[in-house]
Amino acid sequence: MRYIALIYSGDNTGPAPGTPEWDEFMDGYRIATQTYEERGVMLGGEPLEHTKTATSLRIRDGKTETMDGPFAETKERLGGFYMFDCKDLDEALELASLIPTAKFGTIEVRPIMDLG
Amino acid sequence: MAKDRQDTALHATIIGIIRDDRGRLLAALIRSLGDFDLAEDALSDAVESALVHWSRNGLPNSPQGWLLQVARRRAIDRLRRGQRFSARVPDIEMLMEEEEETRNMPEDHIPDERLRLIFTCCHPAIEEKTRIALTLRSVCGLTTREIARAFLDTDIAMGQRLSRAKAKITTAGIPFSIPERSDWDARRSAVLTVIYLIYNEGWTAGAGEAPIRDTLCDEAIYLCRLLNDLAPHDPEIEGLLALLLLMASRRKARLRPGFGLLSLEEQDRSLWDHALIDKALRLLDDAVGRQAPGPFQCQAAIQALHSEATSNDETDWPQILLLYDRLYRLKPSSVVRLNRAIALLETGDIRAAQSELEDMRSELEAYQPYHAADAEIATRAGDLVHAKRAYGRAIELSQSEDERRWLAMRRGRLN
Repeated sequence: MRYIALIYSGDNTGPAPGTPEWDEFMDGYRIATQTYEERGVMLGGEPLEHTKTATSLRIRDGKTETMDGPFAETKERLGGFYMFDCKDLDEALELASLIPTAKFGTIEVRPIMDLG
Repeated sequence: MAKDRQDTALHATIIGIIRDDRGRLLAALIRSLGDFDLAEDALSDAVESALVHWSRNGLPNSPQGWLLQVARRRAIDRLRRGQRFSARVPDIEMLMEEEEETRNMPEDHIPDERLRLIFTCCHPAIEEKTRIALTLRSVCGLTTREIARAFLDTDIAMGQRLSRAKAKITTAGIPFSIPERSDWDARRSAVLTVIYLIYNEGWTAGAGEAPIRDTLCDEAIYLCRLLNDLAPHDPEIEGLLALLLLMASRRKARLRPGFGLLSLEEQDRSLWDHALIDKALRLLDDAVGRQAPGPFQCQAAIQALHSEATSNDETDWPQILLLYDRLYRLKPSSVVRLNRAIALLETGDIRAAQSELEDMRSELEAYQPYHAADAEIATRAGDLVHAKRAYGRAIELSQSEDERRWLAMRRGRLN
Protein backbone atom coordinates (compact mmCIF):
# COMPACT_ATOMS: atom_id res chain seq x y z
CA MET A 1 0.00 0.00 0.00
CA ARG A 2 1.04 3.57 -0.54
CA TYR A 3 1.06 6.07 2.31
CA ILE A 4 1.93 9.71 2.78
CA ALA A 5 3.43 10.92 6.05
CA LEU A 6 2.57 14.60 6.53
CA ILE A 7 4.95 16.33 8.89
CA TYR A 8 3.39 19.01 11.12
CA SER A 9 4.98 21.18 13.78
CA GLY A 10 4.47 24.52 15.49
CA ASP A 11 6.80 27.51 15.04
CA ASN A 12 9.81 27.46 17.37
CA THR A 13 8.98 24.06 18.80
CA GLY A 14 12.00 22.26 17.36
CA PRO A 15 15.73 22.86 17.85
CA ALA A 16 17.18 26.20 16.67
CA PRO A 17 19.64 26.24 13.74
CA GLY A 18 23.26 26.44 14.84
CA THR A 19 22.83 24.37 18.01
CA PRO A 20 24.15 20.83 18.50
CA GLU A 21 20.47 19.72 18.78
CA TRP A 22 19.86 21.09 15.28
CA ASP A 23 22.75 19.02 13.87
CA GLU A 24 21.35 15.93 15.55
CA PHE A 25 17.88 16.74 14.16
CA MET A 26 19.19 17.09 10.59
CA ASP A 27 21.21 13.88 10.99
CA GLY A 28 17.94 12.20 12.00
CA TYR A 29 16.41 13.19 8.67
CA ARG A 30 19.44 11.93 6.77
CA ILE A 31 19.26 8.60 8.60
CA ALA A 32 15.50 8.31 8.01
CA THR A 33 15.79 9.01 4.28
CA GLN A 34 18.68 6.60 3.93
CA THR A 35 16.78 3.87 5.78
CA TYR A 36 13.74 4.32 3.54
CA GLU A 37 15.88 4.10 0.43
CA GLU A 38 17.74 1.02 1.65
CA ARG A 39 14.48 -0.73 2.49
CA GLY A 40 13.07 0.13 -0.91
CA VAL A 41 9.95 1.81 0.48
CA MET A 42 10.72 5.41 -0.51
CA LEU A 43 8.45 6.93 -3.17
CA GLY A 44 9.52 10.47 -2.45
CA GLY A 45 9.67 13.15 0.17
CA GLU A 46 10.47 16.83 0.40
CA PRO A 47 10.70 19.60 2.97
CA LEU A 48 8.48 22.63 2.32
CA GLU A 49 9.20 26.34 2.72
CA HIS A 50 7.45 28.09 5.62
CA THR A 51 3.67 28.68 5.36
CA LYS A 52 4.48 32.41 5.23
CA THR A 53 5.47 31.76 1.61
CA ALA A 54 2.18 29.99 0.78
CA THR A 55 -0.43 31.31 -1.64
CA SER A 56 -3.94 29.91 -1.61
CA LEU A 57 -6.09 29.81 -4.69
CA ARG A 58 -9.78 29.18 -5.26
CA ILE A 59 -12.33 29.65 -8.03
CA ARG A 60 -15.70 31.08 -7.05
CA ASP A 61 -18.38 31.95 -9.60
CA GLY A 62 -15.84 31.32 -12.32
CA LYS A 63 -13.47 33.92 -10.91
CA THR A 64 -10.02 33.00 -9.65
CA GLU A 65 -9.12 34.45 -6.26
CA THR A 66 -5.70 34.20 -4.71
CA MET A 67 -4.84 34.85 -1.10
CA ASP A 68 -1.65 35.30 0.86
CA GLY A 69 -0.95 32.51 3.30
CA PRO A 70 -2.22 28.98 3.97
CA PHE A 71 -5.86 27.93 3.70
CA ALA A 72 -6.38 27.37 7.41
CA GLU A 73 -4.71 29.17 10.32
CA THR A 74 -3.60 26.43 12.68
CA LYS A 75 -0.90 26.22 15.31
CA GLU A 76 0.83 23.32 13.60
CA ARG A 77 1.99 23.85 10.04
CA LEU A 78 2.71 21.35 7.28
CA GLY A 79 6.49 21.38 6.93
CA GLY A 80 7.19 18.45 4.62
CA PHE A 81 6.23 14.93 3.65
CA TYR A 82 7.43 11.46 2.79
CA MET A 83 5.67 8.94 0.56
CA PHE A 84 6.09 5.23 1.18
CA ASP A 85 5.14 2.05 -0.58
CA CYS A 86 5.01 -0.59 2.16
CA LYS A 87 3.13 -3.62 3.45
CA ASP A 88 0.52 -2.18 5.80
CA LEU A 89 -0.28 0.53 8.34
CA ASP A 90 1.98 -1.05 10.96
CA GLU A 91 4.99 -0.74 8.66
CA ALA A 92 3.99 2.80 7.63
CA LEU A 93 3.79 3.82 11.30
CA GLU A 94 7.13 2.21 12.05
CA LEU A 95 8.70 4.12 9.13
CA ALA A 96 7.05 7.37 10.23
CA SER A 97 8.43 6.94 13.74
CA LEU A 98 11.92 7.56 12.32
CA ILE A 99 10.97 11.15 11.34
CA PRO A 100 12.75 13.40 13.88
CA THR A 101 9.90 15.97 13.96
CA ALA A 102 7.69 13.30 15.61
CA LYS A 103 9.51 14.13 18.88
CA PHE A 104 7.89 17.59 19.11
CA GLY A 105 5.39 17.81 16.23
CA THR A 106 2.88 15.40 14.73
CA ILE A 107 3.16 13.04 11.78
CA GLU A 108 -0.15 12.34 10.07
CA VAL A 109 -0.03 9.02 8.20
CA ARG A 110 -2.66 8.59 5.49
CA PRO A 111 -3.21 5.97 2.84
CA ILE A 112 -3.01 7.25 -0.72
CA MET A 113 -6.25 6.55 -2.55
CA ASP A 114 -5.98 3.69 -4.98
CA LEU A 115 -7.73 4.57 -8.22
CA GLY A 116 -6.40 1.55 -10.11
CA MET B 1 -48.31 -26.66 17.92
CA ALA B 2 -45.61 -29.32 18.20
CA LYS B 3 -44.18 -28.12 14.91
CA ASP B 4 -44.08 -24.52 16.16
CA ARG B 5 -42.22 -25.57 19.28
CA GLN B 6 -39.76 -27.52 17.17
CA ASP B 7 -39.19 -24.48 14.96
CA THR B 8 -38.55 -22.24 17.93
CA ALA B 9 -36.09 -24.75 19.40
CA LEU B 10 -34.28 -25.07 16.08
CA HIS B 11 -34.16 -21.33 15.70
CA ALA B 12 -32.60 -21.03 19.16
CA THR B 13 -30.04 -23.72 18.26
CA ILE B 14 -29.11 -21.89 15.08
CA ILE B 15 -28.75 -18.57 16.87
CA GLY B 16 -26.64 -20.32 19.52
CA ILE B 17 -24.26 -21.85 16.95
CA ILE B 18 -23.87 -18.58 15.13
CA ARG B 19 -23.22 -16.72 18.32
CA ASP B 20 -20.66 -19.17 19.70
CA ASP B 21 -18.72 -19.52 16.48
CA ARG B 22 -19.09 -16.08 15.01
CA GLY B 23 -15.63 -14.90 16.07
CA ARG B 24 -13.90 -18.00 14.77
CA LEU B 25 -15.75 -17.94 11.44
CA LEU B 26 -15.27 -14.22 10.95
CA ALA B 27 -11.55 -14.52 11.70
CA ALA B 28 -11.14 -17.37 9.20
CA LEU B 29 -13.02 -15.37 6.57
CA ILE B 30 -11.03 -12.18 7.07
CA ARG B 31 -7.86 -14.20 6.76
CA SER B 32 -8.86 -15.61 3.37
CA LEU B 33 -10.66 -12.52 2.04
CA GLY B 34 -8.16 -9.99 3.36
CA ASP B 35 -11.06 -7.61 3.88
CA PHE B 36 -12.78 -7.05 7.23
CA ASP B 37 -15.85 -5.38 5.81
CA LEU B 38 -16.44 -7.93 3.05
CA ALA B 39 -15.98 -10.80 5.53
CA GLU B 40 -18.64 -9.35 7.83
CA ASP B 41 -21.13 -8.83 5.02
CA ALA B 42 -20.50 -12.32 3.63
CA LEU B 43 -20.97 -13.90 7.06
CA SER B 44 -24.24 -12.01 7.58
CA ASP B 45 -25.42 -13.32 4.20
CA ALA B 46 -24.50 -16.87 5.22
CA VAL B 47 -26.30 -16.59 8.55
CA GLU B 48 -29.43 -15.35 6.84
CA SER B 49 -29.24 -18.23 4.42
CA ALA B 50 -28.67 -20.71 7.28
CA LEU B 51 -31.87 -19.61 8.98
CA VAL B 52 -33.82 -20.44 5.82
CA HIS B 53 -32.09 -23.70 4.86
CA TRP B 54 -31.63 -25.20 8.29
CA SER B 55 -35.22 -24.50 9.28
CA ARG B 56 -36.27 -26.42 6.21
CA ASN B 57 -33.76 -29.29 6.17
CA GLY B 58 -32.42 -29.43 9.72
CA LEU B 59 -28.81 -28.88 10.80
CA PRO B 60 -26.05 -29.88 8.38
CA ASN B 61 -23.28 -32.25 9.47
CA SER B 62 -20.86 -29.45 10.15
CA PRO B 63 -22.80 -26.22 10.67
CA GLN B 64 -19.56 -24.23 10.94
CA GLY B 65 -18.17 -25.69 7.73
CA TRP B 66 -21.49 -24.97 6.01
CA LEU B 67 -21.48 -21.34 7.15
CA LEU B 68 -17.88 -20.84 6.05
CA GLN B 69 -18.50 -22.32 2.64
CA VAL B 70 -21.66 -20.29 2.01
CA ALA B 71 -19.96 -17.14 3.26
CA ARG B 72 -17.05 -17.67 0.83
CA ARG B 73 -19.46 -18.10 -2.06
CA ARG B 74 -21.36 -15.00 -1.05
CA ALA B 75 -18.08 -13.11 -0.88
CA ILE B 76 -17.30 -14.21 -4.44
CA ASP B 77 -20.76 -13.00 -5.53
CA ARG B 78 -20.24 -9.69 -3.83
CA LEU B 79 -16.81 -9.26 -5.45
CA ARG B 80 -18.27 -10.08 -8.87
CA ARG B 81 -21.02 -7.53 -8.42
CA GLY B 82 -18.56 -4.96 -7.07
CA GLN B 83 -17.27 -1.91 -8.93
CA ARG B 84 -13.68 -2.85 -9.45
CA PHE B 85 -14.33 -6.34 -10.73
CA SER B 86 -11.25 -6.62 -12.95
CA ALA B 87 -8.92 -5.64 -10.12
CA ARG B 88 -10.42 -8.35 -7.94
CA VAL B 89 -10.17 -11.23 -10.43
CA PRO B 90 -7.06 -12.73 -8.79
CA ASP B 91 -8.82 -12.56 -5.39
CA ILE B 92 -11.84 -14.33 -6.80
CA GLU B 93 -9.74 -17.07 -8.38
CA MET B 94 -7.89 -17.65 -5.14
CA LEU B 95 -11.13 -17.81 -3.21
CA MET B 96 -12.64 -20.31 -5.58
CA GLU B 97 -9.60 -22.55 -5.26
CA GLU B 98 -9.78 -22.30 -1.51
CA GLU B 99 -13.46 -23.08 -1.60
CA GLU B 100 -12.73 -26.19 -3.63
CA GLU B 101 -10.08 -27.36 -1.17
CA THR B 102 -12.07 -26.79 1.97
CA ARG B 103 -15.38 -28.19 0.83
CA ASN B 104 -16.82 -30.50 3.50
CA MET B 105 -13.87 -29.83 5.72
CA PRO B 106 -14.59 -31.03 9.27
CA GLU B 107 -15.10 -28.15 11.66
CA ASP B 108 -11.99 -28.75 13.77
CA HIS B 109 -9.96 -27.99 10.67
CA ILE B 110 -11.25 -24.45 10.50
CA PRO B 111 -8.05 -22.61 11.43
CA ASP B 112 -8.31 -20.49 14.57
CA GLU B 113 -7.33 -16.97 13.53
CA ARG B 114 -9.00 -15.23 16.47
CA LEU B 115 -5.75 -13.92 17.91
CA ARG B 116 -5.26 -11.89 14.73
CA LEU B 117 -8.86 -10.75 14.99
CA ILE B 118 -8.39 -9.56 18.57
CA PHE B 119 -5.22 -7.64 17.71
CA THR B 120 -6.90 -6.04 14.71
CA CYS B 121 -9.98 -4.93 16.66
CA CYS B 122 -7.75 -3.47 19.39
CA HIS B 123 -5.32 -1.72 17.02
CA PRO B 124 -4.09 1.60 18.45
CA ALA B 125 -5.04 3.36 15.18
CA ILE B 126 -8.71 2.85 16.17
CA GLU B 127 -10.30 5.11 18.77
CA GLU B 128 -10.54 3.46 22.19
CA LYS B 129 -14.32 3.24 22.61
CA THR B 130 -14.56 1.90 19.06
CA ARG B 131 -11.97 -0.78 19.88
CA ILE B 132 -14.22 -1.96 22.69
CA ALA B 133 -17.35 -1.99 20.52
CA LEU B 134 -15.60 -3.71 17.63
CA THR B 135 -14.17 -6.42 19.89
CA LEU B 136 -17.58 -7.10 21.44
CA ARG B 137 -19.17 -7.26 18.01
CA SER B 138 -16.53 -9.26 16.13
CA VAL B 139 -14.93 -11.53 18.72
CA CYS B 140 -17.77 -11.96 21.24
CA GLY B 141 -20.60 -11.84 18.71
CA LEU B 142 -22.75 -9.33 20.63
CA THR B 143 -25.30 -7.58 18.43
CA THR B 144 -25.00 -3.90 17.57
CA ARG B 145 -28.16 -3.33 19.60
CA GLU B 146 -26.72 -5.03 22.69
CA ILE B 147 -23.53 -3.00 22.47
CA ALA B 148 -25.51 0.21 21.94
CA ARG B 149 -27.53 -0.53 25.08
CA ALA B 150 -24.42 -1.26 27.13
CA PHE B 151 -22.93 2.10 26.18
CA LEU B 152 -26.21 4.03 26.39
CA ASP B 153 -25.92 4.85 22.70
CA THR B 154 -28.54 4.66 19.97
CA ASP B 155 -28.47 1.66 17.62
CA ILE B 156 -27.85 3.99 14.70
CA ALA B 157 -24.91 5.76 16.32
CA MET B 158 -23.33 2.45 17.35
CA GLY B 159 -23.91 0.99 13.88
CA GLN B 160 -22.20 3.99 12.30
CA ARG B 161 -19.30 3.77 14.74
CA LEU B 162 -18.78 0.11 13.81
CA SER B 163 -18.98 0.68 10.06
CA ARG B 164 -16.57 3.61 10.21
CA ALA B 165 -14.12 1.39 12.08
CA LYS B 166 -14.40 -1.45 9.57
CA ALA B 167 -13.97 0.97 6.70
CA LYS B 168 -10.86 2.38 8.37
CA ILE B 169 -9.36 -1.09 8.86
CA THR B 170 -9.70 -1.75 5.14
CA THR B 171 -8.80 1.68 3.78
CA ALA B 172 -5.94 2.51 6.13
CA GLY B 173 -4.40 -0.94 5.73
CA ILE B 174 -4.56 -2.02 9.38
CA PRO B 175 -3.02 -5.50 9.11
CA PHE B 176 -4.81 -8.69 10.11
CA SER B 177 -1.82 -10.01 11.96
CA ILE B 178 -0.24 -10.84 15.27
CA PRO B 179 2.25 -8.11 16.19
CA GLU B 180 5.96 -8.77 15.97
CA ARG B 181 8.02 -9.35 19.07
CA SER B 182 9.31 -5.76 19.11
CA ASP B 183 5.72 -4.48 19.27
CA TRP B 184 4.27 -7.24 21.39
CA ASP B 185 4.30 -5.52 24.80
CA ALA B 186 2.66 -2.31 23.60
CA ARG B 187 0.08 -4.03 21.42
CA ARG B 188 -0.72 -6.62 24.09
CA SER B 189 -1.35 -3.91 26.64
CA ALA B 190 -3.78 -2.21 24.21
CA VAL B 191 -5.72 -5.50 24.03
CA LEU B 192 -5.63 -5.99 27.81
CA THR B 193 -6.87 -2.44 28.35
CA VAL B 194 -9.86 -3.11 26.09
CA ILE B 195 -10.73 -6.26 28.05
CA TYR B 196 -10.32 -4.46 31.36
CA LEU B 197 -12.54 -1.58 30.20
CA ILE B 198 -15.24 -4.02 29.07
CA TYR B 199 -15.20 -5.59 32.52
CA ASN B 200 -15.31 -2.23 34.24
CA GLU B 201 -18.21 -1.04 32.13
CA GLY B 202 -20.22 -3.99 33.42
CA TRP B 203 -18.85 -3.80 36.96
CA THR B 204 -19.58 -0.15 37.65
CA ALA B 205 -23.28 -0.50 36.81
CA GLY B 206 -25.63 -1.72 39.50
CA ALA B 207 -27.84 -4.79 39.30
CA GLY B 208 -31.00 -2.80 38.68
CA GLU B 209 -29.54 -1.12 35.60
CA ALA B 210 -29.68 -2.49 32.08
CA PRO B 211 -29.06 -6.23 32.57
CA ILE B 212 -26.90 -6.28 29.42
CA ARG B 213 -24.19 -4.75 31.55
CA ASP B 214 -23.86 -7.94 33.62
CA THR B 215 -22.98 -9.85 30.50
CA LEU B 216 -20.11 -7.43 29.84
CA CYS B 217 -18.27 -8.91 32.85
CA ASP B 218 -18.79 -12.42 31.44
CA GLU B 219 -17.65 -11.33 27.97
CA ALA B 220 -14.49 -9.76 29.41
CA ILE B 221 -13.62 -12.98 31.25
CA TYR B 222 -14.42 -15.02 28.13
CA LEU B 223 -12.12 -12.78 26.07
CA CYS B 224 -9.30 -12.92 28.58
CA ARG B 225 -9.55 -16.74 28.82
CA LEU B 226 -9.53 -16.96 25.03
CA LEU B 227 -6.49 -14.68 24.85
CA ASN B 228 -4.75 -16.78 27.49
CA ASP B 229 -5.45 -19.94 25.45
CA LEU B 230 -4.29 -18.37 22.19
CA ALA B 231 -1.17 -16.72 23.62
CA PRO B 232 -0.26 -18.88 26.63
CA HIS B 233 2.47 -18.22 29.23
CA ASP B 234 2.21 -14.44 28.98
CA PRO B 235 2.42 -13.09 32.54
CA GLU B 236 0.37 -9.94 31.94
CA ILE B 237 -2.47 -11.87 30.27
CA GLU B 238 -2.44 -14.29 33.22
CA GLY B 239 -2.29 -11.30 35.57
CA LEU B 240 -5.37 -9.69 34.05
CA LEU B 241 -7.28 -12.98 34.06
CA ALA B 242 -6.41 -13.45 37.74
CA LEU B 243 -7.54 -9.88 38.45
CA LEU B 244 -10.89 -10.35 36.68
CA LEU B 245 -11.54 -13.68 38.42
CA LEU B 246 -10.77 -12.13 41.82
CA MET B 247 -13.22 -9.32 41.14
CA ALA B 248 -15.82 -11.77 39.83
CA SER B 249 -15.44 -13.93 42.95
CA ARG B 250 -17.11 -11.09 44.91
CA ARG B 251 -20.07 -10.71 42.58
CA LYS B 252 -22.63 -12.23 44.93
CA ALA B 253 -21.33 -10.40 47.97
CA ARG B 254 -21.19 -6.96 46.45
CA LEU B 255 -24.87 -6.56 45.65
CA ARG B 256 -27.47 -6.87 48.38
CA PRO B 257 -30.97 -7.14 46.88
CA GLY B 258 -33.00 -4.01 47.50
CA PHE B 259 -29.97 -2.30 48.96
CA GLY B 260 -27.51 -1.86 46.11
CA LEU B 261 -23.74 -1.92 46.20
CA LEU B 262 -21.58 -2.87 49.13
CA SER B 263 -17.96 -1.81 49.57
CA LEU B 264 -15.27 -4.43 50.15
CA GLU B 265 -15.34 -3.56 53.84
CA GLU B 266 -19.10 -4.18 54.12
CA GLN B 267 -19.24 -7.45 52.18
CA ASP B 268 -20.06 -10.81 53.74
CA ARG B 269 -16.85 -12.63 52.82
CA SER B 270 -18.46 -16.05 53.18
CA LEU B 271 -20.38 -15.23 49.99
CA TRP B 272 -17.15 -14.94 48.00
CA ASP B 273 -16.57 -17.70 45.43
CA HIS B 274 -13.57 -19.44 46.96
CA ALA B 275 -13.09 -21.91 44.12
CA LEU B 276 -12.70 -18.96 41.76
CA ILE B 277 -10.30 -17.26 44.17
CA ASP B 278 -8.13 -20.40 44.27
CA LYS B 279 -8.06 -20.54 40.50
CA ALA B 280 -7.05 -16.88 40.32
CA LEU B 281 -4.31 -17.29 42.92
CA ARG B 282 -2.81 -20.21 41.00
CA LEU B 283 -2.83 -18.15 37.81
CA LEU B 284 -1.17 -15.26 39.59
CA ASP B 285 1.50 -17.60 40.99
CA ASP B 286 2.27 -18.83 37.46
CA ALA B 287 2.43 -15.25 36.19
CA VAL B 288 4.73 -13.99 38.95
CA GLY B 289 6.96 -17.05 38.44
CA ARG B 290 7.74 -15.83 34.93
CA GLN B 291 9.57 -12.87 36.48
CA ALA B 292 8.35 -10.18 34.11
CA PRO B 293 6.35 -7.84 36.34
CA GLY B 294 3.62 -5.65 34.91
CA PRO B 295 0.71 -3.47 35.99
CA PHE B 296 -2.01 -6.14 35.74
CA GLN B 297 -0.02 -8.64 37.82
CA CYS B 298 0.46 -5.89 40.36
CA GLN B 299 -3.26 -5.07 40.51
CA ALA B 300 -4.08 -8.77 40.79
CA ALA B 301 -1.60 -9.10 43.67
CA ILE B 302 -3.36 -6.24 45.48
CA GLN B 303 -6.76 -7.89 45.01
CA ALA B 304 -5.27 -11.24 46.08
CA LEU B 305 -4.29 -9.72 49.44
CA HIS B 306 -7.90 -8.58 49.90
CA SER B 307 -9.15 -12.04 48.93
CA GLU B 308 -6.87 -13.73 51.44
CA ALA B 309 -7.89 -11.47 54.35
CA THR B 310 -10.74 -12.52 56.66
CA SER B 311 -11.81 -8.91 57.27
CA ASN B 312 -10.89 -5.33 56.41
CA ASP B 313 -8.91 -5.00 59.66
CA GLU B 314 -7.04 -8.25 59.02
CA THR B 315 -5.95 -7.02 55.59
CA ASP B 316 -2.22 -6.62 55.00
CA TRP B 317 -2.40 -2.88 54.24
CA PRO B 318 1.37 -2.20 54.50
CA GLN B 319 1.94 -4.83 51.79
CA ILE B 320 -0.87 -3.30 49.68
CA LEU B 321 0.77 0.11 50.04
CA LEU B 322 4.06 -1.34 48.77
CA LEU B 323 2.27 -2.86 45.80
CA TYR B 324 0.63 0.48 45.00
CA ASP B 325 4.08 2.10 45.09
CA ARG B 326 5.28 -0.48 42.60
CA LEU B 327 2.17 -0.09 40.45
CA TYR B 328 2.67 3.69 40.37
CA ARG B 329 6.24 3.19 39.16
CA LEU B 330 5.03 0.83 36.41
CA LYS B 331 2.09 2.99 35.41
CA PRO B 332 2.08 6.49 36.86
CA SER B 333 -1.55 7.63 36.83
CA SER B 334 -3.62 9.77 39.16
CA VAL B 335 -6.15 6.95 39.64
CA VAL B 336 -3.39 4.68 40.96
CA ARG B 337 -2.18 7.51 43.18
CA LEU B 338 -5.71 7.96 44.57
CA ASN B 339 -5.96 4.26 45.45
CA ARG B 340 -2.54 4.47 47.04
CA ALA B 341 -3.81 7.32 49.22
CA ILE B 342 -6.59 5.05 50.48
CA ALA B 343 -4.00 2.39 51.34
CA LEU B 344 -2.09 5.09 53.21
CA LEU B 345 -5.24 5.90 55.17
CA GLU B 346 -5.77 2.22 56.01
CA THR B 347 -2.21 1.87 57.33
CA GLY B 348 -3.13 4.67 59.75
CA ASP B 349 -1.29 7.55 58.09
CA ILE B 350 -4.28 9.91 57.86
CA ARG B 351 -2.09 13.01 57.54
CA ALA B 352 -0.19 11.63 54.52
CA ALA B 353 -3.44 10.53 52.86
CA GLN B 354 -4.91 14.02 53.31
CA SER B 355 -1.91 15.76 51.82
CA GLU B 356 -1.89 13.39 48.82
CA LEU B 357 -5.55 14.24 48.14
CA GLU B 358 -4.93 17.96 48.49
CA ASP B 359 -2.17 17.59 45.91
CA MET B 360 -4.42 15.87 43.36
CA ARG B 361 -7.49 18.07 43.85
CA SER B 362 -7.25 20.22 40.73
CA GLU B 363 -6.44 17.21 38.54
CA LEU B 364 -9.26 14.95 39.77
CA GLU B 365 -11.92 17.59 40.55
CA ALA B 366 -14.42 16.00 38.11
CA TYR B 367 -13.70 12.37 39.14
CA GLN B 368 -16.36 10.90 41.42
CA PRO B 369 -14.11 8.39 43.27
CA TYR B 370 -11.82 11.27 44.25
CA HIS B 371 -14.59 12.89 46.28
CA ALA B 372 -15.71 9.57 47.77
CA ALA B 373 -12.12 8.97 48.94
CA ASP B 374 -11.86 12.56 50.17
CA ALA B 375 -15.03 12.02 52.23
CA GLU B 376 -13.73 8.77 53.76
CA ILE B 377 -10.43 10.36 54.72
CA ALA B 378 -12.13 13.44 56.19
CA THR B 379 -14.47 11.19 58.20
CA ARG B 380 -11.48 9.31 59.60
CA ALA B 381 -9.82 12.64 60.45
CA GLY B 382 -12.97 13.79 62.27
CA ASP B 383 -13.69 16.68 59.88
CA LEU B 384 -17.40 15.96 59.35
CA VAL B 385 -18.20 19.25 57.61
CA HIS B 386 -15.57 18.50 54.95
CA ALA B 387 -16.77 14.88 54.68
CA LYS B 388 -20.41 15.91 54.08
CA ARG B 389 -19.42 18.37 51.41
CA ALA B 390 -17.24 15.75 49.68
CA TYR B 391 -20.05 13.15 49.71
CA GLY B 392 -22.35 15.77 48.22
CA ARG B 393 -19.92 16.40 45.37
CA ALA B 394 -19.45 12.64 44.80
CA ILE B 395 -23.24 12.16 44.59
CA GLU B 396 -23.49 14.99 42.05
CA LEU B 397 -20.83 13.37 39.87
CA SER B 398 -22.07 9.79 40.12
CA GLN B 399 -23.54 8.14 37.02
CA SER B 400 -25.16 5.19 38.76
CA GLU B 401 -28.29 5.02 40.90
CA ASP B 402 -26.85 2.30 43.18
CA GLU B 403 -23.70 4.26 43.71
CA ARG B 404 -25.62 7.42 44.61
CA ARG B 405 -27.66 5.47 47.14
CA TRP B 406 -24.51 4.02 48.69
CA LEU B 407 -22.87 7.45 48.94
CA ALA B 408 -26.03 8.99 50.45
CA MET B 409 -26.14 6.18 53.01
CA ARG B 410 -22.51 6.88 54.00
CA ARG B 411 -23.27 10.57 54.29
CA GLY B 412 -26.35 9.82 56.43
CA ARG B 413 -24.15 7.92 58.90
CA LEU B 414 -22.22 11.08 59.69
CA ASN B 415 -25.17 12.54 61.63
